[in-house]
Amino acid sequence: MAGAARISTLSGRGIPLRGEDIDTDRIIPARYLRAITFEGIDAHLFEDDRAAAAGGGRPHPIDDPRFAGGSILVVNRNFGCGSSREHAPQAIHRRGIHAIVGESFSDIFFGNAAVIGLPCVSAPKAGIEQLMAAIEATPGTAVRVDLEQLRCDWDGGHLSLQIPAAVRDAFLTGAWDTTGMLLDRYDEVRGVAARLPYVAGFR
Amino acid sequence: MGQTLLQKVWDRHAVRVLPTGQTQLFVGLHLVHEVTSPQAFDTLRARGWTVQFPERTFATVDHIVPTIGRRRPFLDVMAEDMIAALERNCRDFGVPLWNLGDARQGIVHVIGPELGLTQPGLTIACGDSHTSTHGAFGAIAFGIGTSQVRDVLATQCLAIEPLKVRRIAVRGRLPAGVYAKDVILSIIRRLGVRGGVGYAYEYAGDTVERMSMDERMTVCNMSIEGGARVGYVNPDDTTFRYLAGRPLAPAGEAFDRATAWWRSLASDPDAGYDDEVELQAEDLTPVVTWGTNPGQAVGVGERVPAPDDVPDGERRGVADALDYMGLKPGTAISGTRIDVAFIGSCTNARLSDLREAARVVKGRRVAGHVKALVVPGSAGVRAAAEREGLDEIFRTAGFDWREAGCSMCLGMNPDKLEGRQVCASSSNRNFKGRQGSPTGRTLLMSPAMVAAAAVSGEVVDVRELIG
Repeated sequence: MAGAARISTLSGRGIPLRGEDIDTDRIIPARYLRAITFEGIDAHLFEDDRAAAAGGGRPHPIDDPRFAGGSILVVNRNFGCGSSREHAPQAIHRRGIHAIVGESFSDIFFGNAAVIGLPCVSAPKAGIEQLMAAIEATPGTAVRVDLEQLRCDWDGGHLSLQIPAAVRDAFLTGAWDTTGMLLDRYDEVRGVAARLPYVAGFR
Repeated sequence: MGQTLLQKVWDRHAVRVLPTGQTQLFVGLHLVHEVTSPQAFDTLRARGWTVQFPERTFATVDHIVPTIGRRRPFLDVMAEDMIAALERNCRDFGVPLWNLGDARQGIVHVIGPELGLTQPGLTIACGDSHTSTHGAFGAIAFGIGTSQVRDVLATQCLAIEPLKVRRIAVRGRLPAGVYAKDVILSIIRRLGVRGGVGYAYEYAGDTVERMSMDERMTVCNMSIEGGARVGYVNPDDTTFRYLAGRPLAPAGEAFDRATAWWRSLASDPDAGYDDEVELQAEDLTPVVTWGTNPGQAVGVGERVPAPDDVPDGERRGVADALDYMGLKPGTAISGTRIDVAFIGSCTNARLSDLREAARVVKGRRVAGHVKALVVPGSAGVRAAAEREGLDEIFRTAGFDWREAGCSMCLGMNPDKLEGRQVCASSSNRNFKGRQGSPTGRTLLMSPAMVAAAAVSGEVVDVRELIG
């Protein structure tokens, strides 16, 4: 809707989260979908993965003190596959993550993240590997995601980013909160509905 | 060049190109359930918006509801609060609700078709990724998140990007004991869990044309597990016969007019596709997943992979999945001991699924160490199964016979795995922790294969039991 913040440049420390096909059940287990608000859902982000990692003696990147305070999440392929639960990007966003840089994202997750103002930008595997390796070698590395220039920069490297033009424009112009835009010129919606035979029951 | 069904339906529902370049798409049918809607209704209330098309919006309860002990208030306080919120929201905004106790209640993707709401040529949205199920009718059906649920409630529209179309043709006769579930698991195994990202899947070929609507729904249901947000089958006489006489389908002359319109939307013979793939039905066998995503599957006669057998990029994922599942590399999947057998979910809890499972179960007993349950997809399926005596067959064999809901597919209600239990499941996801225990393990397979595993206590080839 009109008045949503324009989102163009996001900077912060990086968190490398390795792994393919990280699904939304892992991002936020279904038992945390039982509340009727999103309040506090960030406390349970990656809860089972974090417990399993801690049990194995190596902290999950979300808990790793080296990456504490990170706000740019770096992921591999098909991140956010599975369920359409918006609870997944909500939990990530409310945890203080402002952008996700990855090889690829599931379509539903990507859309759910966009509509809450959480950009998911893509880059080829080799570049993502460089970025992850840079953060792991020098935790605290500042990462800058620039949607205007479609670049991701860090000390010692940079990447070209990809994001569908329409979604990029929505962030840059503050049109990512879609309801207001969809209510504009509503007579056109009524017009389309009137032309669809099923809306009148094929009478 | 002709058009695909996706293009035709898209064009008829496109309102305009938004300033961002996305398409504003009118939604012909919005299905609502208790879990992904409360925050959306709250936003409507806060901003003073109404539901624009309450007559094109329908709600039911499925995800969190218990499948036994349904007296209100529920013992589960959070479930009670969630259902109460949906009741309030539907009342305040004029949305029909098929609640517990209503003969029309059930899993949202089972009742839409059953009641005749799901029709060819519609755009359908629901806050659940398995909305792709409705594509079996030649509808374009999107799973959406809660902010998009808000958009559809408040505007009956989505802001969305166009999709490419991949045609997946399955040809030939399916062998006995090989089901629609095995077809879609085989497709995902071949194309991968991310192969469909950016695509709609059009399922075609004579095998799909011969499938019943129930079978087509099973195939379309799991499109999302292959990465495709949308899957569909072109509407044909099987579709129209299914819809004739359904309570909310057009009737009389309106049905004839509807049929003509529906038929016109099928993909043209000379339609262009972004990609095409073919599978031979004769080559397929019963499929069982061994890993932690639905693409990690083998034929029931095969062995699970070893990390060394797979390309470099996959090695870590395979090793991690085998470790989680507690399976030794290279062992036969057949013979894997199970603790729980679950027949249910929007993938496989329709009447024909229960019939096939009952055929395997009849005259046999659930293995002593196995807990087995059948959760029909809807109150309607449950009643129809009881009229045929299927409930008796399952009960006599030692299955629990429950009331309709999503149940152990995602374990949001009391139906959960415990600890590291292994579950033979007719559902759609074998993700880590999916069935309610953070360490629980899921083996996906057809309902008949679940029945066979239940009575054998381990994974077996159902073809040996139905000979």
